[in-house]
Amino acid sequence: MRMLMCWEATRLMSKRLDIELGFQERMSLKFHLAMCGACRNCNRHFQLIHDAGRWFEKHGQDESSGTAPEAR
Amino acid sequence: MGPLPGSSREEHAGRPTGPSSDRQRRLAAVRPRLLAFARLQLRDASEADDVVQEALITAVEKDDRFAEKSGYETWVFGILKNKILDALRAQKRRGKWQSWDDDGVEEAVERQFQQTGRWTEMMRPKCWGDPESTLASERFWQVFDSCMIALPDNIARVFTLRELMGLSTRQICEEVGIKENNCWVILHRGRLLLRACLEKGWLSEAKQ
Repeated sequence: MRMLMCWEATRLMSKRLDIELGFQERMSLKFHLAMCGACRNCNRHFQLIHDAGRWFEKHGQDESSGTAPEAR
Repeated sequence: MGPLPGSSREEHAGRPTGPSSDRQRRLAAVRPRLLAFARLQLRDASEADDVVQEALITAVEKDDRFAEKSGYETWVFGILKNKILDALRAQKRRGKWQSWDDDGVEEAVERQFQQTGRWTEMMRPKCWGDPESTLASERFWQVFDSCMIALPDNIARVFTLRELMGLSTRQICEEVGIKENNCWVILHRGRLLLRACLEKGWLSEAKQ
């Protein structure tokens, strides 16, 4: 298997959030992440940024759920 | 539009009665989030005010269409997203979007890596701590806001369509008029730039 460099690993980390990776891509990324702590951090950050959008809506819900919803 | 107490239970009447007082309260409570969301996506405060106003009016008018399958706030956000898409299409028609010039973005991204493709010593991603508490922190969102403003318009537009509006890259291609491959390149750059900016702001503030 070809060795990935960090730059290319980040490309796959990003793509992974938009579309399913192919088998080869998945394996190379997994292999790189197993060895590279900086990229593991980057992968977490990309995931957090990805989750932030969804969190945005949920956060609004949390805020307003404190206002005693009417029992129906 | 303010219904009398208890009128929300008169569903047999078959005509819209407007939102219950509980839903009106929830609309008021979610409004700041709607505004922040619309501002991030449209990058224009007065346009954001307008779409949020329109979305709130629609939510009130179509209150009887709320199916309760999803949460109420999620439903309102759905209305807002449609209004935002309409506003974006209008922006595009008015020629408000600049051409796809690469204004130094590529260099800014390349600066994070050495020639070999490894991270530069300065830019190596560090640990941010627990993701849940990061997202729960108000300061994180302040940093997030300022980093979003710092992103170039074209990148920010594609990024927010994907990460805030939840469009697929294929849908984004149609809206923006770019190829899917280009879309992945833009999202990759956007995420790298945003990540670096967040790390700088978030970790430096955390130390204070």
